[in-house]
Amino acid sequence: MSATTTHGHAAHGGHDAAHGHHELPFWRKYIFSVDHKVIGVQYGVTALVFLFFGFTLMMLLRWQLAYPGQPLPVIGKLLGENAMPGGVMAPEFYNQLGAMHGTIMVFMGIVPLAVGAFGNYVVPLQIGAPDMAFPRINMVSYWAFLPGGLLMLASFFAPGGAANSGWTSYPPLADIATTGQTFWLLAMVLLITSSLLGSINFIVTIVQLRAKGLTFFRLPFFVHAQFVTSFLLLLAFPPLEAAAVMQLMDRLAATSFFLPSGLVISGEPLRVAGGGSPLLWQHLFWFLAHPEVYVLILPAMGIIAEVIANNTRKPLWGYRLLVYSAIFLGFMSFVVWAHHMFMTGMGTTMSTFFQTTTMIISIPSVVILTCFIMSLYGGAIRYTVPMLFATAFLPMFAIGGLTGLPLGLTASDIYLHDTFYVIGHFHYVVAPGTIFALFAGIYYWYPKVTGKQMNQTLGKIHFWLSFLCINGVFMPMFFQGMAGLSRRLYDPTIYVHGRAIQSLNVFISWSAWGLAIAQLPFIWNFFASLRHPKAAENPWQSTTLEWAAPSPPPHGNFTTPPVVYRDPYEYSEPGRSSDFHPQFAREA
Amino acid sequence: MSAHAADAAIPHTVEPHPVTGLPNGKFGIWLFLASEVMLFGALFSSYVLIRTQAPHWPPEGGLSSEILNVPLATVNTAVLITSSITMVLAWASCKMGRIDRFRLWMGGTIALAFVFLVIKYFEYTDKFHHGHFPSTNNFYAIYFTLTGLHGLHVVGGIIVNTFLLTIGTRLWKVDRDHFTNRVENAGLYWHFVDLVWIFLFPSLYLL
Amino acid sequence: MDETKYGFWFPPDVSTHGVQIDQLIDIVHWFMLILFVGWGTFFVYCLIKYRARPGHTATYFPPKAQFTKVIEVSVIVVEVLLLFGFSTPVWFRYKNHPPAEKDALVVKLVAEQFAWNFHYAGKDGKFGKTSEANMSGDNPLGMDPEDPDGKDDIVTVNQFHFPVNKPVIVQISSKDVIHSFNIPVLRVKQDAVPGARIPVWFQATQPGHFELACAQLCGLGHYRMRADVLIDTPEDYAKWQAENAPPPAEPPTSAAPDNQQPAPQK
Repeated sequence: MSATTTHGHAAHGGHDAAHGHHELPFWRKYIFSVDHKVIGVQYGVTALVFLFFGFTLMMLLRWQLAYPGQPLPVIGKLLGENAMPGGVMAPEFYNQLGAMHGTIMVFMGIVPLAVGAFGNYVVPLQIGAPDMAFPRINMVSYWAFLPGGLLMLASFFAPGGAANSGWTSYPPLADIATTGQTFWLLAMVLLITSSLLGSINFIVTIVQLRAKGLTFFRLPFFVHAQFVTSFLLLLAFPPLEAAAVMQLMDRLAATSFFLPSGLVISGEPLRVAGGGSPLLWQHLFWFLAHPEVYVLILPAMGIIAEVIANNTRKPLWGYRLLVYSAIFLGFMSFVVWAHHMFMTGMGTTMSTFFQTTTMIISIPSVVILTCFIMSLYGGAIRYTVPMLFATAFLPMFAIGGLTGLPLGLTASDIYLHDTFYVIGHFHYVVAPGTIFALFAGIYYWYPKVTGKQMNQTLGKIHFWLSFLCINGVFMPMFFQGMAGLSRRLYDPTIYVHGRAIQSLNVFISWSAWGLAIAQLPFIWNFFASLRHPKAAENPWQSTTLEWAAPSPPPHGNFTTPPVVYRDPYEYSEPGRSSDFHPQFAREA
Repeated sequence: MSAHAADAAIPHTVEPHPVTGLPNGKFGIWLFLASEVMLFGALFSSYVLIRTQAPHWPPEGGLSSEILNVPLATVNTAVLITSSITMVLAWASCKMGRIDRFRLWMGGTIALAFVFLVIKYFEYTDKFHHGHFPSTNNFYAIYFTLTGLHGLHVVGGIIVNTFLLTIGTRLWKVDRDHFTNRVENAGLYWHFVDLVWIFLFPSLYLL
Repeated sequence: MDETKYGFWFPPDVSTHGVQIDQLIDIVHWFMLILFVGWGTFFVYCLIKYRARPGHTATYFPPKAQFTKVIEVSVIVVEVLLLFGFSTPVWFRYKNHPPAEKDALVVKLVAEQFAWNFHYAGKDGKFGKTSEANMSGDNPLGMDPEDPDGKDDIVTVNQFHFPVNKPVIVQISSKDVIHSFNIPVLRVKQDAVPGARIPVWFQATQPGHFELACAQLCGLGHYRMRADVLIDTPEDYAKWQAENAPPPAEPPTSAAPDNQQPAPQK
């Protein structure tokens, strides 16, 4: 049966269609485009560049951790006498690297890639829409993101360097920090604006623009995940924006929102009015930052769902359970934030409340992981490159999620708080968790975006090397945490418990540098595959709607709006010759 | 065959969705307002926290109503409420097909918004003149920040409304319903800005 | 300091409450391991048994898995047990049942960038007043020279002496930014929040020389914000007190100034 689309290119030939539509000039077609696909690619490329930059910062930082006080060969001299005097990292620079690595990876790397790129590109296609509900707001959202990101990077050139008070920017430290922190705050305002505009677009699009026949419970789980994520972004970011405004006021207008009275900095009394509270910042920050981590994981879970269903050739197990769990997870994420603040002098009532909510929120995560694992049962698993990443995601996310338990209980958190155990915990969820899911998504949807297939052998090399190295980076961190090693230490060997396990730091750093090398086949593959011959229209034999459009889809996506006839993952239906039955195919 | 895919219009830009009953823009503006509630809510919560933790409030003694200019703010409250009324009348004019009336009422709304800002300007400069800045103490800090952010939102409303009054009216000639929806959405935003002030005024000036 | 006692797992535990914390961490990890191995085994089984191969097709209809409900319920039950059976009792006892001040050694701690200032009340058991106005390089706490209570106070920088087998209450505050009072071998950690005074308590079970490591990023010197923790036998502690107590005040003479606040020790 023919697809419901024509095989046109995106307006290259400058044809005039029935509406008298002009060929758009280059700058409106590719720079200030309002087409969700162009914007998706813009987000994707920009976010990947930022992601690799943030990764580089970490690689630099890992030199100091592995070989404290030793000059870094070659690169050390290039970074200037402020950052690396004599090639040896200065403590201030180490703190900048730490703060900026976290900030860039979270706000400029993962979220723009997971939501801005994948969400923007795939969601309208998967729901059968011609574009997002508000194409121009979509464009503005990207053009708030890019300057925000660039401003953040520019902070490295501010006097005193980039922000250096952690990605958490706790006052009073952040209030009195160097100029880079002001850059950070202003950049965050831009990034938050971008996010807000995007989230409004996603919610309206998903509710209002679904194709005929596409009821809520026929949506691919990817769309559900993006839907919940958008609510988190919409409602959780504004308090951080408010907090950023207040911290800007403290820094620029000498207010004391976060500064108590009587502070003495380096022997000098701080001449401010006082009366503020450092903990106020923490509450406002974590009110966003906790839902933020679910923003980091939900789109990833969405991608995993798509890849698993497609490569097991059977419907997802527990689809409704997944949807309800995602919604419950989103809701609960708003009431757990103070588990990041257990050590601030919290009393028993507040800590009991937050421990309880934290325990409760682990349940939907457990359910979601169980549904994914159960989806493998009875399948016919194809170990394509996307599936390799999706498969690895499951135990990696399990480790990340499980290691959250001792942190979520106050008594054990006393010991583990602010140690490397925390770093191991969240990195397992985000790095071999989310980033692997994002890789799965790139390999999976590359044919949709470009019409070409990536080289599968290079993909497998990329996967195995990354999987090996990434575990080498993060697994030892749990042991470092158990040994009591604090995070954010420029020189861990100052402490006896740090010296005892310094060999782990060397091992981790070499694994991290190995991880960098493991990305080379991917980077090569990503660009070189653009010159491959055209791939099949639906190379993964997938059932979801995005594969009804040509690859890449033209402006407007579908010539006639598609109609949806069935559930999203009708694979291996008994009695049919083909092992997949697309949502958009009319025949039974 | 070399036609490219039709430049499909986005559904429900003007006509409401059959289930939600909303056109896209109205849904979008309500979501935006939800995020704004969280923004101002965070600031209000911070105000509550700072105020309850302070040994006395205002920190320099006296009453808020003695430090801040209640009569001017009362006028401003009346100004904003009136501007919400003129905003509704602007929208109603569109609904009735009266673009001339729309211009009148929208112009009035914008003018009233400017009056609000001018009064705020006098309030602020009076404070500065007496040496009271955001840095003076947390009372002034939260006062300037809350009213300042609100003021920025008023400016935003002025920009949107001015656009609708001038360049945006071109849409009236092409699609009256689409334009009317835009006016309605701008109105929702404007009512929200008014509502925030209705909370700001008693909590900062009177209590 | 005995470096050999430190390795790839917990450092020594020399506190009375540490065993409960270590126990909780151990139990949680057993629980995590059971879940991981359980899931993991099933996971690997599926990866192998259900791999695509000629002649093998996927099953469309989902298995009716009762055992998943069992898993979910057991996870919930275990988490409730961990929370209310282990974590909250430890935390509650810690927060709600500190030792009485008269039975304990009370020490005031003022953290700053990048040092730990310990303030002992001395023989009279009363702390001298402090204020920002008096702070200087020699007087990090800003001890009031006129206050008679402060005359016998001991102030140390980065040296924390206290006796074994006696409860110690530390009143923690900070001069500038947030720091965190963290002694791994005592399983104690508490943020030092400026503008607040937060008490923490513990009791050591063994004497020895250990370390305090700041656990909240506080600036470029955060990594070296280290203090020596010296848990003394009662005799050694008494000796240390005697050696470091400021000399008794001289009767005022015409030229010599009054003996002022004690200089920071060691």
